[in-house]
Amino acid sequence: MEFDPFVLARIQFAANISFHILFPAISIGLAWLLFYFRVRFTLSGDQLWDYTYNFWVKIFALTFALGVVSGITMSFQFGTNWPGFMEKAGNIAGPLLGYEVLTAFFLEASFLGIMLFGKNRVSNRLHLIATFLVAFGTMLSAFWILSLNSWMQTPAGHVIVNGEFMVESWWEVIFNPSFPYRLAHMVIASLLTSAFLVAGVSAWRALKGMDGPGTWKVMKTGVVLAAVLTPLQIFVGDLHGLNTLEHQPAKVAAMEAAWETEKGAPLVLFGWPDEDRRETRWALEIPKGASLILTHELDGEIRGLNEFEGEHPPVAMVFWAFRIMVGMGVLMLIVSWWGGWSLRGEHKPGKPLLHVLSWMTFSGWVAVLAGWYVTEIGRQPWIVYGLLKVKDVVADHSSATLTGTLAGYLLLYVFLLASYIGAIRYLATKPARSQALTPGYTTKHAPTE
Amino acid sequence: MEYWLPVVYVSIMGLALLVYVILDGYDLGVGMLLPAASEAEKDTMIASIGPFWDANETWIVLGIGVLLIAFPKAHGVVLTALYIPVTLMLFGLTLRGVAFDMRVKAGDKRKGMWNRAFFIGSLVASMSQGWMLGFYITGLQNNPVSLIFAALIAITLPALYVMLGAAWLMMKTETELFNKAVKWARIALLPMGICLLLVSIATPLASSVIAERWFTLPAAIGLLPIPLSCALVYFGMSWLLSKPVLLKRGWGWLLFGGLVVICIMASLGLAYSIFPDIIIGQMDIWTAAAATDSLLFLLYGVAITLPAIIGYSIFVYRVFHGKATELSYE
Repeated sequence: MEFDPFVLARIQFAANISFHILFPAISIGLAWLLFYFRVRFTLSGDQLWDYTYNFWVKIFALTFALGVVSGITMSFQFGTNWPGFMEKAGNIAGPLLGYEVLTAFFLEASFLGIMLFGKNRVSNRLHLIATFLVAFGTMLSAFWILSLNSWMQTPAGHVIVNGEFMVESWWEVIFNPSFPYRLAHMVIASLLTSAFLVAGVSAWRALKGMDGPGTWKVMKTGVVLAAVLTPLQIFVGDLHGLNTLEHQPAKVAAMEAAWETEKGAPLVLFGWPDEDRRETRWALEIPKGASLILTHELDGEIRGLNEFEGEHPPVAMVFWAFRIMVGMGVLMLIVSWWGGWSLRGEHKPGKPLLHVLSWMTFSGWVAVLAGWYVTEIGRQPWIVYGLLKVKDVVADHSSATLTGTLAGYLLLYVFLLASYIGAIRYLATKPARSQALTPGYTTKHAPTE
Repeated sequence: MEYWLPVVYVSIMGLALLVYVILDGYDLGVGMLLPAASEAEKDTMIASIGPFWDANETWIVLGIGVLLIAFPKAHGVVLTALYIPVTLMLFGLTLRGVAFDMRVKAGDKRKGMWNRAFFIGSLVASMSQGWMLGFYITGLQNNPVSLIFAALIAITLPALYVMLGAAWLMMKTETELFNKAVKWARIALLPMGICLLLVSIATPLASSVIAERWFTLPAAIGLLPIPLSCALVYFGMSWLLSKPVLLKRGWGWLLFGGLVVICIMASLGLAYSIFPDIIIGQMDIWTAAAATDSLLFLLYGVAITLPAIIGYSIFVYRVFHGKATELSYE
């Protein structure tokens, strides 16, 4: 069977970028959590924060390694899969990527050595600085790559000369219209992902009887962080959506499955967007809802997909990805507030909460992936929104080559993902070192970390 | 500016790739030597590269990054032509990067599997890089001679990495493992020599322009130090390896130093052959270069960050200076 090489190139890049984002989504947030643990230890001298750091820094190292190697793959795939993009937009994409490598990658990778293995070789102060620099590096990295991604969504500050993008104002390129929203949304997303990760793993350890007082401290940190950040994220997400409506109306139309331009458009809660019939089947609607949410007016006008026929994204995928992301956000809000209430003061939560928290361990991943699918599939068919189409920049590989390498990548990624989750599970199943500090502590297990 | 900027960037790219070959070369080499060591020695070997490998690998991102950033038109052509070896190299680098962490985090039952993964990943990445080098210097041509040549470099380039790895281990380890490292270096010396010789012979053969540059007087005399110093260092290393006593007294770093000299000389030779082309015989650096404004904008960043990167890299190497001790997160 012959597949379309263009579709295969897209699937391959999507597979890689989806796999990659899982790890920065954790490492950006977790780096700051680790810095926080380190600061708490330095200020209080409380051994529990040191134990907590030692446990989570191992998971951080593993996460970081996966982020690095899948990121290297990505840096090559820009060229192997989309050579036309660099030829036409290289003057803009190049320097932004260059600044990411120069300011972030080396900083993170170099001080990671000290952060992970240098505790006995350098002073606590220097170790604290190294931890900070790694966390700061992850943010810088997010800054540059999201600036480029945002420019592709909402290009600004350029002129086109002979089909090539030339820079007119670097300030406008870097701080393009959607960038501040996307950066805030992603950094908070990463903090939330790691908040649920640490809370979930800690809850799981508690359920297995492998917890100690250190486990409870970190669980509470995660839950409180999530309880504060989830509402903030919903607010930022709303602003991001309004920004998208202004600059990428076709994407919002797909998110809302709005076919016709209308005033007082209904909010479609669920339904099946059918692109052949250009209507949403079995739609469950709230009258005037979409207009109210998006324009903050009951009779605000929403531009429909039919205005962009032939140049709008696949509707059903964007529509559903958006609902999954929002659904996850609502779930996170409920669970984190429930958890925050249950853990107030010196309260210990009951088993139901521990179970729910452990199920939510990787909930951040689901939301992050769904969110990225909304924004990236929602950009289609453009690679640079409104200016350059994806199909015009694709590489000329045979479909056999692409099928072979795609199968290889998929196998590798499934294997690595299973190994990653397996390793976290393995580490979490060992008794917490702080367990030995519990009054009346007796166990068959020797503390191993 | 329009003349100099591409020259500056191609120099940065060359420098980044040279640093990559030396730095990631030794940790790839250690990876390939892993199966030859005992279980306890494996831990020491990994510990010797633990704090460094991540940053070492970043140099290839910079090298390829500069190709992408400064020479976007060549980047597409080169990476499209090297699609399969690049993909294989990425599989290799991914596998070993993950294996490094997993071997101590996924439980003792799986440690053996991850050790093997670390070895296979290192080997596949090294061989792919050899293939890429061989294929690149014969001009990215799909003919039998190029393919055979690329295959030969794929087999021999890992020997250079193994040499670097063994020399690194001589600086970072003691006793039994040290003796093994000497033995490994002796085995790898000859294949490494063949690799260097092949590359030196092939580049002039691949292009008459290059041949002319090397074999016309008086340039030929001026260039003589490159092959001569390589030969001298090569025989010096061979002599040093026959004197384990000297190595044990702490002269192991000389071996590493010799390899660094060879790498620098080889890259100077390559640079002289290829410049000003970016794809041999097809595209020069000025044709491939990005817009001057863009290059200039990034140059400020390079001027500030590159010295800082070199500075803190040296700092990290100094923090972990001396014989390798057990890796501990605590």
